[in-house]
Amino acid sequence: MKHLAEYRDADTARRLAAEIGRIATRPWAIMEVCGGQTHSIIRHGIDQLLPTEVELIHGPGCPVCVTPLETIDKALAIARQPGVTLCSFGDMLRVPGSHEDLFAIKAAGGDVRVVYSPLDAVALARAHPERQVVFLAIGFETTAPANAMAVKLAARERLPNLSLLVSHVLVPPAIRAIMRSPGNRVRAFLAAGHVCSVMGTWQYPPLAREFGVPIVVTGFEPLDLLEGIRRTVVQLEAGRHELENAYPRVVTERGNEPAQAVIGEVFAPVDRAWRGIGVIPESGWRLAEAYAEFDAERRFDVSGITAVESPLCKSGEVLKGALKPSQCPAFGKECTPRTPLGATMVSSEGACAAYYNAGRT
Amino acid sequence: MCLAVPGKVESIRDESGTRMGRVNFGGVVKDVCLAYLPKVAVGDYALVHVGFAISRIDEASAQETLRTFAELGILAEGLAELQASDEPAPPP
Amino acid sequence: MAGDTQPDVASFTCPTPLRDRPQIVMGHGGGGALSRDLVEHVFLPAFGNPVLGRLGDSAVLDLGPRLAGGGRLAFSTDSFVVRPLLFPGGSIGELAVNGTVNDLAMSGADPLWLSAAFILEEGLAIADLAAIAARMAAAARTAGVTIVTGDTKVVERGRGDGLTITTAGIGIVPAGVDLGPHRIRPGDAVIVSGTLADHGMAIMSVREGLGFEAAITSDTAPLHRLVAVMLAACPGVRMLRDPTRGGAAASLNEIATAARLGVEIDERAIPVAPVVASACEILGLDPLQVANEGKLLAVVPADSSAVVLDALRAHDLGRHATVLGRIVAAHPGIVAVRTALGGSRIVPLPLGEQLPRIC
Repeated sequence: MKHLAEYRDADTARRLAAEIGRIATRPWAIMEVCGGQTHSIIRHGIDQLLPTEVELIHGPGCPVCVTPLETIDKALAIARQPGVTLCSFGDMLRVPGSHEDLFAIKAAGGDVRVVYSPLDAVALARAHPERQVVFLAIGFETTAPANAMAVKLAARERLPNLSLLVSHVLVPPAIRAIMRSPGNRVRAFLAAGHVCSVMGTWQYPPLAREFGVPIVVTGFEPLDLLEGIRRTVVQLEAGRHELENAYPRVVTERGNEPAQAVIGEVFAPVDRAWRGIGVIPESGWRLAEAYAEFDAERRFDVSGITAVESPLCKSGEVLKGALKPSQCPAFGKECTPRTPLGATMVSSEGACAAYYNAGRT
Repeated sequence: MCLAVPGKVESIRDESGTRMGRVNFGGVVKDVCLAYLPKVAVGDYALVHVGFAISRIDEASAQETLRTFAELGILAEGLAELQASDEPAPPP
Repeated sequence: MAGDTQPDVASFTCPTPLRDRPQIVMGHGGGGALSRDLVEHVFLPAFGNPVLGRLGDSAVLDLGPRLAGGGRLAFSTDSFVVRPLLFPGGSIGELAVNGTVNDLAMSGADPLWLSAAFILEEGLAIADLAAIAARMAAAARTAGVTIVTGDTKVVERGRGDGLTITTAGIGIVPAGVDLGPHRIRPGDAVIVSGTLADHGMAIMSVREGLGFEAAITSDTAPLHRLVAVMLAACPGVRMLRDPTRGGAAASLNEIATAARLGVEIDERAIPVAPVVASACEILGLDPLQVANEGKLLAVVPADSSAVVLDALRAHDLGRHATVLGRIVAAHPGIVAVRTALGGSRIVPLPLGEQLPRIC
């Protein structure tokens, strides 16, 4: 595929890795805040190419992992109701709630459907006026324009049977929370390239300054990741802490302004609890008041839901980079991909699942 | 997050006020919403996430990036050779 | 009009012919006239052969001559449920025939006879059933097998997924053929007969909510003749496996576990058609975990790989055969991939259904 295959060249990857090895003179801990980047790193074995000086810490960049337990439980409660068709991205189906997951609801007779795009949920609502279609709208900023459009279409077409359970999370507040958490070892960030393709890069220079960390906007293919890491190490070695864009073919400083405009219209900031981490102020988006009628939390009575987190699950520590998955006492024992305690073991991007499947000890 | 894949815009149409297009991803054609790229044209490459085009891929920038990689490769090799020739001869 | 004679209830049969009843109703499973109608108007015309035509409770088959030379009986069964019933490259019908034929073929058997049991959902269009029966018949003819016995049941609407087909098959394994994990040795080569992920992505392309347009067709095919040419070229073949659900990842893990040895494959050697690779990229799927229906994995002695590849590539169904990797003594039970970049990762046994991801 064009614009993909060129960035996977093995020879160039090895040379980039060698260059990183040449310039790194002491240990640096770099965090990538994007589950997609974690997935790519593990899939291609990129961390195995890096010199021992460079440590990659996998951050809370998988919306599947950080979607609050309450949200999952609400989705499950809604899916159980007769006449409801719950639509979700595939990633979410096996994420454990307090007691079960969407797969279990499906097995019990609930109408749960995997969709590729929020537009598929809209199409379902149009085609089945007799059903209440609820879309589980999770994701980082990247997915917000798509979810927002679903709401706008529903409003424009006056679809009475579509609603969204919204749980968007934002990267910049997460970076703040990580840098402020005690015991933090992260010295630099690879910013999520696709989040930035939507939001631009303008939010990051203040963070780089405030916390004294290089922030390099990075893509997802092996050469993009290695180049992002290389530029980060260059900054670290030079004592600089600036924003740099290593993914310019897709990311601009201002980002996608039409998308940001629609996001601003449809969503509003909200304090959000990140599963395993806790509440990070203004770190999420909910539906704006103007679109309240499409809010599934208002349409369905889900107020009484209290989440019960597994006491054994340490995904929060893992997500902050404070604990390696293999250091968690439950890792590989009570907690495996088949019997996950937390979302980091469910999602293929989750650090715990990635470690487990890569056979790391 | 953010599994987004580059594809080539093959055609553009209006669907009840929403800009839609057919995008070809290495032989796989899917309908994609182009509402967020009002200026994208047929023949352009776009980055697509969950059925929405979120960014145009800048060809010139892509070429530049690939050129940098190629040059870096040469640079790295050159440096490695230089370092190797600086090394003292191994003892007999 | 008759006068005042009594109506002849005992000999009453419903005069409505099958063609006027376009959908399956519960009565079709009742074992009575409606069931008989299905057999006579749908299954017999499609599968017609003397054994089936006897419509006995069981098919009586003479195996004597075939077992005379030391051959052994191979017996397999499989159930098929797929949505949609019809997809690019085939239907549930072809899967039902080829699936069981291939299970027999993986033991080195020459497949002979199949049974076919149908569970029909009330409301299924009989025209659709007839079309699938015709496809099954064609697949059976292509494979050189005969459907000699069968059954039909009907379940209520909403309880059936349209149609479920269970086939069982009998074949003969020639004397001297002994395939299995006990024969595998470290150093053996792992060969795949062709491109991976075709079937699964063909299904995905027509799945509601995930569909896309692409020239991807299911690879459903009977593999027993391919196996025969391979065994003729190399009697030392250790073991065969057809990677269906769970993809090559599942089969490679099963091989590693059964042989108590490790498997190492080279990422660059994995054969995937470009358009299938693109489809996997878009949905975030791993081709190793996607289903195939017309491919096999063969473990062969290392010094036989060239001869085996030649034999496979000379056959229609093995044109893209290639060495995928090898058996190793290290990490028994584990399948490892050497990535294009020189790294390595483990290929776990897939957990369940592969789902598209956004992450």
